[in-house]
Amino acid sequence: MNILENIRNALGAIGSNKMRAGLTMLGIIIGVASVVLMVAIGQGAQKSVTSRLESLGTNLLSISPGSPNQTNVRFGGGSTSALEDTDADAIREFVPGLSGIEPELSGRQQVINGAQNANTSVIGTTPDYLSVRNATLDYGSFITQDNLTNVDKVAVLGPDTVLTLFPDDPDPLGNTFHIGKHIFTVIGVLKSKGSSGMTNRDDLVLIPLTTMQRRITGKNTLSSISVSVTNQENMTYAQQVITAVLLNAHGITDTSKQDFTVLSQADAVETLNEVTGTFTLLLGGIAAISLIVGGIGVMNIMLVSVTERTREIGIRKAIGAKKRDILLQFLVESTVLSVMGGFIGILISAVGSWIIKSYFSLDTSVALSSVLLAFAFSVGVGIFFGMLPAWKAAKLRPIEALRYE
Amino acid sequence: MEEEVLPDKFKLMIRLTNIIKAYPLGKERLIVLKGISLKIESGEFVAIMGPSGSGKSTLMNIVGLLDTPSGGSYLLEGKEVGNLNENAQAEIRSRRIGFVFQSFNLLPRMDALRQVMQPLLYQGWSRHKAETKAQESLHLVGLSERISHNPNELSGGQQQRVAIARAIATNPAIILADEPTGALDTQTGHEVMDILTNLNKLGKTIVMVTHEPRVATFAHRTIHIQDGLIRSEEN
Repeated sequence: MNILENIRNALGAIGSNKMRAGLTMLGIIIGVASVVLMVAIGQGAQKSVTSRLESLGTNLLSISPGSPNQTNVRFGGGSTSALEDTDADAIREFVPGLSGIEPELSGRQQVINGAQNANTSVIGTTPDYLSVRNATLDYGSFITQDNLTNVDKVAVLGPDTVLTLFPDDPDPLGNTFHIGKHIFTVIGVLKSKGSSGMTNRDDLVLIPLTTMQRRITGKNTLSSISVSVTNQENMTYAQQVITAVLLNAHGITDTSKQDFTVLSQADAVETLNEVTGTFTLLLGGIAAISLIVGGIGVMNIMLVSVTERTREIGIRKAIGAKKRDILLQFLVESTVLSVMGGFIGILISAVGSWIIKSYFSLDTSVALSSVLLAFAFSVGVGIFFGMLPAWKAAKLRPIEALRYE
Repeated sequence: MEEEVLPDKFKLMIRLTNIIKAYPLGKERLIVLKGISLKIESGEFVAIMGPSGSGKSTLMNIVGLLDTPSGGSYLLEGKEVGNLNENAQAEIRSRRIGFVFQSFNLLPRMDALRQVMQPLLYQGWSRHKAETKAQESLHLVGLSERISHNPNELSGGQQQRVAIARAIATNPAIILADEPTGALDTQTGHEVMDILTNLNKLGKTIVMVTHEPRVATFAHRTIHIQDGLIRSEEN
């Protein structure tokens, strides 16, 4: 008997007990939907992290204080303030092929405008900030070399900070506000970089580096130095040269005692991809367990079904069905159940992904590969867990099956 | 599909020699058939009678290759078939033997046409050809009007006629009928026996188990079985 006839038979058998078929499929539906959805959430997270990091500039190297030997990657500044203005000068002087150098000193400060009061990231920086950090000015002007020389109390605000400090003012240029006890004048506003998830890159206050060091913190240190490399192919070279220059400037000969870290954006992307990849695998793995449980449900029902239909099997054998025919009949039936469940599960995960995206503003990306994988997996589950019941049915002796009441 | 229609060549359809069937019963062995020898010729209509527990159904199952004998020889159309493996048995059942049961044994959830098509599909017929053949068979038993009815929409007599149509669709050499009228009233039982008689006239060998002497009169020959042995034969 050909496979088409078998599928026709299977649909008939499934259709004759819709309630039971539905409940059996439910396990597969939930399993497939959760696998696809979990992987979609994981991959969505990976995508958004990657694209966010890439929007910071892929030719960016950031140098931060602290030893690189403890872990591969260190984010932000450690407690050791090993970077100083002289380090930035040394890099500017000795490292070729850089298109911008942006030393900065940042910290969270209380910013106040009358009744408006917020704790915001205040960054002391240089004119190179725009080109190195891939930022654009929306209107007004940016910090100039003169502002640095004169230690001016001027500030460029992120768009969200503008909303916080001057909620009713459409044009904040020229307005003043406090950082601590110092009065600053707004000279420009940045364009939105889009904020999503972990950090808000639109809520910040940029002031001249010298002002930050002398007026606010009173320390001559840097929290990081960012440099952009002209040619992206020279990233590794630039990384090596900067390391050498800074080791020399710090008078360190033993590289294991290195007190700063040079990190490329590519390294960070890679590390984060690893992290989110593990995360995706974990989510998918947990979901896969539910798919297996669903498969066991299919096996359970098929075993009951074989017992219930012992007589039918006997009749089929009497009228000429071979072992193979019976085996195929039940295998096809369990596979059809799983495939239908898998299909419904994929539909549900598509809807679920849309809901998560639009109501929880979490990025999801339903990858074709995960859909195919879940689908193939559900077919596999159907065949694998259908095997035992089908084999049990096929090896029934016709005479015993016919006598079964 | 090899259509072996050679009834004249094989005058001897069935030859059983000293067939024994025993079942393990705890530590003992329950011997149901104690050495049955009989010959059935092509085109014969034979009735097997006997009280319940006499072994007549067991004998029927062995002849129908639904069961294997514990000893003895079974030649079907000149070939030894007593100890074939299950798949080979299924192959012979499929091509040479048609079954008619007391309780009809129709498949659930299938209309009459599909019931009759099923054995043909197992033989590998195409759907289209099987449909045509099944319609012919149903016509032969007078059920052309009811081909799209499910078993639960048919009377007992109609169900048994569907079963007969199913049994003859594959053009078997032998029809084995196990109490074919057992679940029917006298009138419909008579109709079913008429159909079997007609099939016999068309050349089918028919072996029938029954315990009703009135039904046995339709057969050419009646074999009486008691306690696993043939007690008498009458023509």
